[in-house]
Amino acid sequence: MDGLIILKGGRVIDPVNGRDEVADLWVTDGKIVASQAETPADAKVIDATGCWVVPGLIDIHVHLREPGQEYKENVASGTQAAAAGGFTAVACMPNTTPVNDNGSVTRLILERAEGCAARVYPVGAISKGSKGESLADYAEMKEAGIVAVTDDGMPVVDSQLMRRAMEYAASHKLVVMSHSEEEALVRNGCMNEGLNSTRLGLRGIPAAAESIMVYREVALAELTGTHVHIAHVSCEDALAVIRLAKQRGVKVTAETAPHYFTLTDDAVLGYNTNAKMNPPLRSEKDREAIRAALADGTLDAIATDHAPHSVLEKELEFNYAANGITGLETSLSLTLELVRQGVITESRMVELMSAGPAGIIGVEGGQLGEGAVADITVIDPEMEYVFTAEASFSKGKNSPFNETKMKGRAIMTLVDGEVKYRL
Amino acid sequence: MQENYNFKHRHILGLEQMSADDICHVINTARSFKEVSARPIKKVPTLRGKTIVNFFFEPSTRTRLSFEIAAKRMSADTFNISASTSSATKGETLIDTARNLQAMNPDIIILRHSSSGAPHLLARNVQASIINAGDGTHEHPSQGLLDIMTIMEHKGSLAGLKIAIIGDIAHSRVAGSDIRGFTTLGAQVYLAGPKTFMPAAIEQMGAVVCEDVRDAVRDADVVMALRIQQERQNDSLIPSLREYAVCYGINDRLLQLAKDDVLVMHPGPINRGVEMNPDVADGARSVILDQVTNGVAVRMALLYLVLGGDKPGVEQGG
Repeated sequence: MDGLIILKGGRVIDPVNGRDEVADLWVTDGKIVASQAETPADAKVIDATGCWVVPGLIDIHVHLREPGQEYKENVASGTQAAAAGGFTAVACMPNTTPVNDNGSVTRLILERAEGCAARVYPVGAISKGSKGESLADYAEMKEAGIVAVTDDGMPVVDSQLMRRAMEYAASHKLVVMSHSEEEALVRNGCMNEGLNSTRLGLRGIPAAAESIMVYREVALAELTGTHVHIAHVSCEDALAVIRLAKQRGVKVTAETAPHYFTLTDDAVLGYNTNAKMNPPLRSEKDREAIRAALADGTLDAIATDHAPHSVLEKELEFNYAANGITGLETSLSLTLELVRQGVITESRMVELMSAGPAGIIGVEGGQLGEGAVADITVIDPEMEYVFTAEASFSKGKNSPFNETKMKGRAIMTLVDGEVKYRL
Repeated sequence: MQENYNFKHRHILGLEQMSADDICHVINTARSFKEVSARPIKKVPTLRGKTIVNFFFEPSTRTRLSFEIAAKRMSADTFNISASTSSATKGETLIDTARNLQAMNPDIIILRHSSSGAPHLLARNVQASIINAGDGTHEHPSQGLLDIMTIMEHKGSLAGLKIAIIGDIAHSRVAGSDIRGFTTLGAQVYLAGPKTFMPAAIEQMGAVVCEDVRDAVRDADVVMALRIQQERQNDSLIPSLREYAVCYGINDRLLQLAKDDVLVMHPGPINRGVEMNPDVADGARSVILDQVTNGVAVRMALLYLVLGGDKPGVEQGG
């Protein structure tokens, strides 16, 4: 077999194929192939003893900032950060400059992604310019390579437009991702509404701003029969709506981000702009609800909402600072913490970070069956290290986890059978 | 106060950072300085050679003037910078502006800014001492301290007092500092106002929220009304100033529920006939002008203390 790679002696965790066993994984020609009794002499053997060998992690919510804001991130740096975090593929949001609302921008992103460290799946805009006024050209963007549509960063205020977006997206077999936020309830709010916003004198955003819009989205998904995906769920109330909708058979999926199950709005104290994001970090009650929803299946994916910014956007008065934090290189370690705490199993973690995301946007990956694409992440679950933003591959250094002691990380990332990152 | 007490604050960002001992030390220091303002020649050399910058991003004649008088009475050199807009909208960041100021080596920067936390940002980025002269809807510590000083002058101590604060708590940095300072010193703080003016979870800061303003005022030792910004009507927080005045305005009838020796306070400027009737504002129980007088003394004390003074140098002057 040409170019055979054998990942030897790792714990292969592949929930799609019902595997969780110590085994060798054979890869050739970018595909996973059946193991055989004898190791060919020319095989490249990689010792994975003590490590987990899992389907490549997929992050369906990142901001690569290219085109237009390359000083914050570009496709090359963002995918390098992805690979270092164990991600073999990312879906990038369309709020670039110009907005990815047409085939040219989609093609440009994909051209930039050629030869990069991770696969890139562009997501197109719901509306032209993400202005919420008229539908973007879904067919043209689909032809160019988008996997979903969203106006992420901004809610679609007009309910009629959202209905039409869902109907039209269904015609083109595209999932609609919703940035769920009732704008009027946000109105210059810059953190979660609660004791901490009162103490800091910052305008709060109630959880209802999110849950109201989630309710609208699932109501429209039910009306139109379209698959709607709720992005970055942060609060208990939104989860309650999603849980109920799933019980009713509505085609709804949802993601959360590691910061929502790790931090609360206490992280904002001291006016820490690296803890400013949208939706905002919520209360302990919400954090616990998110953890429970990851375990019980209400949430389908963990995504990072990786949002790199330069210091220009962050070293400001809190209410003027940009929303968002980087996440690609901390996501896995933070999720492993959930496993260690017994919130989710190893297998569930892989579902949430690989098979689940792949299913939502309908792309390959997410499993290690024979013939599957050889997108693989090797994780050392015991490795201890201190995450520093300075050492990050991302251009963005805006992480609330800077200088945080972590345990467990990706030590190798293979895309198409090719090693893209090795610690 | 503990023996060997030292005032350790290089910046005055808010009363949240101050212990009861800190507050009492400021007030005691202010009492010493208050006498300076009563002299025929109102000047001591305590801060001679020190440079103080009044950096005001919002118009505020009263607070700025109070700080300026305080600085001048202590012989400091003062400079006023005002900006009508936030740094972010001018294209230069607040940190850049502050670093430029720092390069001119001021000893103290007194900052008034519409963004909560702006003084904290500055304090992390410059060497000068920062005094928060009001940040967004967060704190106004010198106002909180002058309110405490005024109450102490009349009541001796705040411990066990019932203090009612009426009005727009959510948007008031004065309330932010008062609630912290009053509760730190052992007072019971009662709040009243429409729910649109009540910040989230304020009870968890130790205040009692009353739906009926009469419950807040009943048996109160102090009743403080807060200024109502006219634009709150446009934000749909209140239907009209008129309706607010009827429901929450402090008048003689309401004050009859309070203790006979109740103090009436207001951080000013007063909308007469809205948050307070003129006869109450000018009445025998009003200590509103005492608040203004004490403001200068408190600010003298703060300027002195942040520069490391531990004993008022009043005796040097004259």
